[in-house]
Amino acid sequence: MWELKNQSRKPGVDRKQMPNRTVTIDGNEAAAYVAYRTNEVIAIYPITPSSAMGESSDEWASKNQKNIWGMTPIVRELQSEGGAAGTVHGSLQTGALTTTFTASQGLLLMIPNMFKIAGEQTSTVFHIAARSVATHALSIFGDHSDVMATRSTGWGMLFSNSIQEVMDFALIAQAATLESRVPFLHAFDGFRTSHEVMKIEELSDEQIRAMIDEQLVRAHRSRALTPDRPVMRGTAQNPDVFFQSRERANSFYTQTPEIVERTMKKFAETTGRQYQLFEYVGAPDAERVIVMMGSGCEAAEEAVAALTGVAFDESFGVPPSGGRLKAELRTKALAGEKVGLLKVRLYRPFSVDHFVASLPSSVKTIAVLDRTKEPGGAGEPLYQDVVTAISEAWHGRPARETHAQDACATMPRIIGGRYGLGSKEFTPAMVKGVLDEMLKDQPKNHFSVGIEDDVTFNSLSFDPNFTTESAGQVRALFWGLGADGTVSANKNSIKIIGEETPNYAQGYFVYDSKKSGAMTVSHLRFGSQPIKSTYLIQRPNFIAVHQFNFLERYQILDAAEEGATLLLNSPYEADEVWERLPRLVQETIIAKKIRVHSINAYAVAKENQLGNRTNTIMQTCFFAISGVLPRDEAIVKIKESIRKTYGKRGEPVVRQNFAAVDAALEHLHEIQIPAAASSTFELPPAVSAAAPEFVQQVTAEIIAGRGDSLPVSAFPVDGTYPVGTAQWEKRNIAQEVPVWETDLCIECGKCMLVCPHATIRAKVCKEEDLANAPAGFKTMPAKWRELPDHRYTIQVAVEDCTGCQLCVEVCPAKDKSNVSRKALNMKPQLPLRDSERVNWDYFLTLPEIPRNGNLTFRTIKDIQLLQPLFEFSGACSGCGETPYIKLMTQLFGDRTVIANATGCSSIYGGNLPTTPYTINREGRGPAWSNSLFEDNAEFGLGMRLSLDHQHNYAKHLVESFREVIGDTLADGLLNGDNSTQEGINAKRELVAELKRKLGTHASGVQPDLSDASDKLHAGSVRTARDLLSVADALVKKSVWIVGGDGWAYDIGYGGLDHVLASGQDVNVLVLDTEVYSNTGGQASKATPLGAVAKFAAGGKPTIKKDLGMTAMRYGNVYIAQIAMGANDNQTVKAFLEAEAHPGPSLIIAYSQCIAHGIDMAKGMTQQKLAVECGHWPLYRFDPRLADEGKNPFQLDSRDPKIPLQDYIYTEGRYRMLQRSDPEAARVLLKLAQESVTHRWKQYKQLAAQV
Amino acid sequence: MSLSTNYLGLVLKNPIVASSSPLSHTIDSIQRLEDAGAAAVVMYSLFEEQITFDSLYVDHYLRNNTNSFAESLSYFPEMDSYNVWADEYLNLIRRAKESVDIPIIGSLNGVSIGGWTNYAGLIEDAGADALELNIYYVPTSLEITGREVEDIYIDMLRQVKQAVTIPVTIKLSPFFSSVSNMAQRLVERGANGLVFFNRFYQPDFDLEALEVAPKLVLSNSHELRLPLRWVAILYGRILADLAITTGVHTSEDVLKGLMAGAKVTMMASELLQNGVRRIKEVLSEVEIWMDEHEYASVAQMIGSMSQQHCAEPAAFERANYMKVLDSYRPVN
Repeated sequence: MWELKNQSRKPGVDRKQMPNRTVTIDGNEAAAYVAYRTNEVIAIYPITPSSAMGESSDEWASKNQKNIWGMTPIVRELQSEGGAAGTVHGSLQTGALTTTFTASQGLLLMIPNMFKIAGEQTSTVFHIAARSVATHALSIFGDHSDVMATRSTGWGMLFSNSIQEVMDFALIAQAATLESRVPFLHAFDGFRTSHEVMKIEELSDEQIRAMIDEQLVRAHRSRALTPDRPVMRGTAQNPDVFFQSRERANSFYTQTPEIVERTMKKFAETTGRQYQLFEYVGAPDAERVIVMMGSGCEAAEEAVAALTGVAFDESFGVPPSGGRLKAELRTKALAGEKVGLLKVRLYRPFSVDHFVASLPSSVKTIAVLDRTKEPGGAGEPLYQDVVTAISEAWHGRPARETHAQDACATMPRIIGGRYGLGSKEFTPAMVKGVLDEMLKDQPKNHFSVGIEDDVTFNSLSFDPNFTTESAGQVRALFWGLGADGTVSANKNSIKIIGEETPNYAQGYFVYDSKKSGAMTVSHLRFGSQPIKSTYLIQRPNFIAVHQFNFLERYQILDAAEEGATLLLNSPYEADEVWERLPRLVQETIIAKKIRVHSINAYAVAKENQLGNRTNTIMQTCFFAISGVLPRDEAIVKIKESIRKTYGKRGEPVVRQNFAAVDAALEHLHEIQIPAAASSTFELPPAVSAAAPEFVQQVTAEIIAGRGDSLPVSAFPVDGTYPVGTAQWEKRNIAQEVPVWETDLCIECGKCMLVCPHATIRAKVCKEEDLANAPAGFKTMPAKWRELPDHRYTIQVAVEDCTGCQLCVEVCPAKDKSNVSRKALNMKPQLPLRDSERVNWDYFLTLPEIPRNGNLTFRTIKDIQLLQPLFEFSGACSGCGETPYIKLMTQLFGDRTVIANATGCSSIYGGNLPTTPYTINREGRGPAWSNSLFEDNAEFGLGMRLSLDHQHNYAKHLVESFREVIGDTLADGLLNGDNSTQEGINAKRELVAELKRKLGTHASGVQPDLSDASDKLHAGSVRTARDLLSVADALVKKSVWIVGGDGWAYDIGYGGLDHVLASGQDVNVLVLDTEVYSNTGGQASKATPLGAVAKFAAGGKPTIKKDLGMTAMRYGNVYIAQIAMGANDNQTVKAFLEAEAHPGPSLIIAYSQCIAHGIDMAKGMTQQKLAVECGHWPLYRFDPRLADEGKNPFQLDSRDPKIPLQDYIYTEGRYRMLQRSDPEAARVLLKLAQESVTHRWKQYKQLAAQV
Repeated sequence: MSLSTNYLGLVLKNPIVASSSPLSHTIDSIQRLEDAGAAAVVMYSLFEEQITFDSLYVDHYLRNNTNSFAESLSYFPEMDSYNVWADEYLNLIRRAKESVDIPIIGSLNGVSIGGWTNYAGLIEDAGADALELNIYYVPTSLEITGREVEDIYIDMLRQVKQAVTIPVTIKLSPFFSSVSNMAQRLVERGANGLVFFNRFYQPDFDLEALEVAPKLVLSNSHELRLPLRWVAILYGRILADLAITTGVHTSEDVLKGLMAGAKVTMMASELLQNGVRRIKEVLSEVEIWMDEHEYASVAQMIGSMSQQHCAEPAAFERANYMKVLDSYRPVN
């Protein structure tokens, strides 16, 4: 009675092939695999989570892998998704089979071309890793809001639910588009499907060829634009004919469902896997049916199978001797609930006939689940389609009346709800919650499931303890750090089990939002039956904790199944491990009878020259104790896998890993568990008790990994969040931190300047300020003439430091008797943690240096006394970007509004849980926002225009209040200096006086005009309130437009160019890493010639765009190219001059990046080399100098003194090519050197002009 | 007049060999050496440390920060090959053998006993006519004795000899208590030749940065004296071909080397400083000198001023040292 159609091999279907090769891959690879083989031109642009499809295609093309016609497809990166869509359109129009990959905003940028492509009835498939569209916040995670935003374009839409389906539907879509001439979006859920690793059957080239009708390919080609048979396409049409012409396309859409259905049948004949446009699974007499699409269907199918009980064992592999859980489910199953699931495969064109025919005639209630939200709509898209379909079938389509009546006696009730937005978990328990709701007389409509909505009360409740996870499956959770290689090892384990054994394997990986010290949680399932669980593991029977301190930060064992195995990487000896566990952890271990194994993997790694790499060691331990494979067999497989994975990298790497495998087992111990807990310490709170209320109630919960439990009411209504919350998230990720030596320090401030995380700071204060200094708080005499009798102190926030060592590397002060000792030296963090926490807290209480005192703040030494208003971001350890941002906030942060392009800087700048932008003691600090990737310059310009208007309006009102406030105050407000910090401070005092005079409270927060001057007559009260609302705009506001090279050189260049040309007073800071860093190192137009990057695997063959020189042509733009590691004074000058320049300013800042393949501790050395070889000339172009009759262009670096190769071959991005293709590297080096020499000559000439 | 000489069983058209240097990094450069008259080319060294370093380096940067952040699970494209197995070096030897007629001598540089010596066999397979083994072990341990250091050299030679059939020559360091005995031991263990001497990166200090900065300083003619002495002392006393590779800049240096007993003299610094055309110039000057002094062949002069054939054998020993000191006149 169970109808499991999906992936079933029908007895009547003869397979033409031998069983296919199984592969263990993720969804992106599965889609790209087919797309690459069935296309001739591929236009690409990176966007998460689809980037990997483009990367794979580019790599395959660079290795000359062929498509099914024996040709290497042309793969080209564009400057944006809009550009990619245009290129696809053009390529299609001239006859090539063409594709692209994208997601989210990227898909939205393709919409205009999508209308065109569909309107021209063009065959193509775009593969979409469906992702949220940014609204109140950006989310890189999965839902259907992007795909749903394209519903009106006229594209077919086919949704895959699993990795196997991704591969299969990629081909079905390609075959169907050729026949139907309707272009297709092939969508699958971002991350859940695009990044899930699963064992699947790979389509052979023969099977792919069998599905692609060559006649249709030739037909596509025959429709191409060619001067040999010229036609016109893309005319403009008038009201007389456009409408009719548009309706001409109807027949294509009515035919398409049958075409897809036919294609699916052909696919079944070819592969044995049969799919349907709408696939029903569940009880044939179901009364409650859920309708949905995407990966959630898999979880729903599990739930439905469990609730119906039909074919439960066969489908989900629970052995007859399963445990208690299985027995519970079996009991439920025997109840035989009348429930079912209808999976929507072909969403567009939506075939009402097929849909209705797929529903069981017994259905009484339908719940439609949408993975998107349409605020203000009558319902979400799929819900509306289902309502329409059912309504038409019953009432509005006489031709189908009979069919509908056959299907159901009465029209079913339809409710709709939302689930899984932004990759929110969707579990069988939630499915059951929905099915239970459908039993009610008045079930909720327009509900949400998976969250607690305590504001509009739309959410459904469900029993989180309901689970369908089977006892016959290994469910393993691994808690690790990005840096320790946990995920890499687990991906490797999945491959071993998936490809070397008959078992099925699934892996899904969860990353936190930090780029340094990032925590990862790997979810691995293994078993003898196919795995359909598209949700995180709920009841692990194996848990590995690769970082011991996680046990103090997260409630890791809460979910553990009774009798589970725990593997610990412990810094302690086996006999010491137990007493080092928090009490709650001990109690849980005892209560759940968890078996504990321990290894000091770091010690083993160190002994085997593996540094901090514990991945192979922990992987070996997993195989040794999990029982997934016999131990000896597992060891052999691991070693085979090591050779396969690392062989290309050389024998020394293979040998090292072999040694790790051998050493691991010798050091693995089982811990004896006592009968009672003995620990005296508990889990510490996530944040300090001193944190503000919002941080305590919301931020701390997210930090602790309990964000899923926060109710709707906890969140701001409009995406507005408090600043300065990063200070409460003490991550303690550095193993070593800098320690200050007062006897050597020369107080130069360079260490503070280069610190990417603002964790090393200085203050100068009077002796009396230090009266309550804790013991051990270090100070030394301050070396400022202007500040006699002051003390100087440097303090490190050891709990926030990432241990990057940039400060130590840049420190110029060495001990004359022992040059290895500097004024800063790295020391282990743990012994320092408690004392330095006290010192740091005390340091924060010391007074800040006054901005209107004796210092001018034009030198590094002075500026580094200023409070950074950007601190403890999640940027990579040793990040080259953040020191520039921090410097900017030190100089101008209290008057700055930041427009931030999407990218690294928006992620470390604005990714929850915590925010690094912060405020000073007056409550002022940078106000920050991110609009999009492509529009950041325009976004910033809008800010400027708005602020200017408010400034002008305030001035206008001040003038009108001159009589009330007096001439002195009015003149001061209207004419006072806004160009210096002193002037700005004075202006702020005048504004405060204005507010007082207008009757505000001293705080200036709320105006109270009741006691305003008698001269304020009733009519002017309103105006006074207006002036109060804009009075702060009288004080200068700086607009900083911040982004990376991907934005400035590529996707946002058009807007940037326009904004620079506008003449408006905006400051643009380009953090140039010469690569798309955030999406994983794809080439941009800033990527230098000869550097290897993704999308430039053979070395970039063209030179880096000279952005500064291009902008210089305008003449009125201030431009500086800077590299603080080469000349920090020039960097400071550039920032000061740019901000002071009354027009547009552009600073291009060299920013070292992990995508350069360097030791990040040497970041400043790399900057220096880049300048010394002439690759990165330092210069400033100041239009104000031209006004003075001087040459506005000043070169700030000397003639190159080292050859280019002495710089580039210190970086992996260049050496990679030198290793892989030495001849190409030589050719490109020669060209690059010529280019550098040529450009330097040009700059010299420019600088020499009088 | 015959400039021909015989080195490691190879008949060379003249006694000038291009020593191991960056000049053998490309086929183009090797061809220019041949065109300039070099009788053979010793390839740049394949360093044991480089092989290991390259392998670990590639692995490090492919692995570093990967699988850490959801948006950027890696930072570099996966290449087909990283040439960490010295493929580039071996390919160059293969291509050099196809491109030039003069013998190509491979060069291996190592500091420890290990799997890397397998490369000797690969170098032979690639077509090298001979192999120069460049060993320089810096014993920083206070425990290790001179004899133990020597044994390491011997063991490495033994391993390499087991791996190849082509002649093997050892490029020696001058820092042995008994150079003569060491030379004898190496020859007894199968060394077909000895090259005098190695030049190494020596630590230097950057006084501004207070950092140790290894620096290679090119040689000059004055440095010829040390190898000259040892070649002269050993000539005729051990059964191996001798070569001089330090301080050979002029025709006089070549002539002196040959007369001391070297079968060939090797040039690198001079060519790096003044171009490969110097080989042609030096050969021409050698010919003129031989003509002026009525020498018919290079063979005539090899070893003609060695310790065995010198009128004053003691000149190569301590007396020489005293004489030099005595002859030095301090500035008034």
